[in-house]
Amino acid sequence: MDRTDEMLLETVADLHGIPEGSFNIRKNGKLLARNSDSDIEIISKQDKDGIDIIVRPNVKNKSVHIPVLLTVGDFHDTVYNDFYIGENSDITIIAGCGIHNSTCSDAEHDGIHTFHLSKNAKVRYVERHYAAGGGSGKKVFDPTTRIYLRENAQFILESTQLGGVTYTNRKTYANLGARAQLIVKEKILTDGNEQAITDFKVKLNGKGSRADIVSRSVAKGNSVQKFQSDLIGRNECFGHVECDGILLEKARILSTPRIDAISPEASLVHEAAVGKIAGEQLLKLMSLGLTEQEAENAVIQGFLN
Amino acid sequence: MLELRNISYSVQDKPNGEKQKILKDVNLSFEDGTISVITGPNGSGKSTLIKILMGFVCPTTGAILFNGDDITGLSVTERARRGFTIAFQQPVRFKGITVKKLLEIASGKSLDTDSMCECLSAVGLCARNYINRSVDGTLSGGELKRIELATAIAKGGDVFLLDEPEAGIDLWSFEDLVKVFEKLHDKTVIIVSHQQRILDTADKIILFENDRPVSFGRREDMFAKLTQRPSLCWRNIKEG
Repeated sequence: MDRTDEMLLETVADLHGIPEGSFNIRKNGKLLARNSDSDIEIISKQDKDGIDIIVRPNVKNKSVHIPVLLTVGDFHDTVYNDFYIGENSDITIIAGCGIHNSTCSDAEHDGIHTFHLSKNAKVRYVERHYAAGGGSGKKVFDPTTRIYLRENAQFILESTQLGGVTYTNRKTYANLGARAQLIVKEKILTDGNEQAITDFKVKLNGKGSRADIVSRSVAKGNSVQKFQSDLIGRNECFGHVECDGILLEKARILSTPRIDAISPEASLVHEAAVGKIAGEQLLKLMSLGLTEQEAENAVIQGFLN
Repeated sequence: MLELRNISYSVQDKPNGEKQKILKDVNLSFEDGTISVITGPNGSGKSTLIKILMGFVCPTTGAILFNGDDITGLSVTERARRGFTIAFQQPVRFKGITVKKLLEIASGKSLDTDSMCECLSAVGLCARNYINRSVDGTLSGGELKRIELATAIAKGGDVFLLDEPEAGIDLWSFEDLVKVFEKLHDKTVIIVSHQQRILDTADKIILFENDRPVSFGRREDMFAKLTQRPSLCWRNIKEG
């Protein structure tokens, strides 16, 4: 690993070098390092590029890191990762991806991730996307995340796009069984001419299932963000979607939340608020001694915190 | 010493384009080490005066002098750095900014739990329960108001502008509030309030009516004047 790799790893996965426990580090489409342990096994797929991550039942308080690095241009990396989480397990998965593209050709990473959570399993899935590099080549992420939750399973998705990503089209699909729970905390920062599209389709199939999707975004410069969500209640369930966006300069945010209560017992809510930073927020922080620019930064930092 | 000389403020009424006067030719001085309470009916210009002092709005005419310097043209940030501290009548909410972060911004440095505890316990809050909470709608109005005051304490300064600090705070906590004012007694404190218990803490009371101070003086003298007036907000004082 060189210094760029280390910087990317630290930014997207909080890693300072090779982690302990189970991990799989992928760089420019190839395996850089891997480790499995007795609780979490990582196996290469035979039919296509990607890995299976198998977590045995009753594994608690363990984490697995699967960061991806892309440091070349003119490269389109598509990877298929399937996660099988055993009953009663409770683990954290860190899956950041960092692109450093200083060429004039495009670099793209598409992570196609599918999660199968058994009964009572719990996963906290942290996905950070970051791109850097001064080249004119695009830095693109088009991830697709499919989540299947069995009875009483819980999936927490913390997705953050930290900046520098030219284009992203993120698709998330979830199917929830009885008393299963999906919590999504999405944070996106775009600037310049960047574009970010996020699309959620969540089916609340099981009785007592719950979904809470909160997207917070900051759009600067001429960037454009589109937020789309489709929440479908097929049973006695509760779903909440919230899209909050801060606009700066000439940026644009489109929010299209859709809710579909097929079952009369479904309770579905959506909220969306997009606009500039409230003047009174800036005034308050300026009255504490910050300049207007410092106040703006503090509001954005807090909002995306 | 903070002085207002011939301060007037007017805004353009949108429907008919006519100028509407909010403050008319205000001349006041606030001495160091005194608590001044501004009282008067709603819409008499009290909060606008506080906004003008903090630099949120510019007076149409007149000058503000602070220790002899004309600060009329200074920005909010510059006034804050000169020692002006304000507690808003209606605290601002921030999604994602924690109480800890807000106190640190106010004090201009990282704070340990003991320091945050000092600021929050002064307003009757336990730091342990609040420092990691966001300053947003998950806090009650009373909690937000107390955090607003704690932020002012954390910032410190020489001139404290407190706009209805008692609003939303339960009567049982008034003693805490009075103690906060007592601690600020060596500063220049200007409070907008209608509450007798706040007026009781004043060295000087200023009565606003019809866009200007109509009467001001020592607390005892002003109480005598106010209790002769049967109307509006001074009813409490009369009853008291």
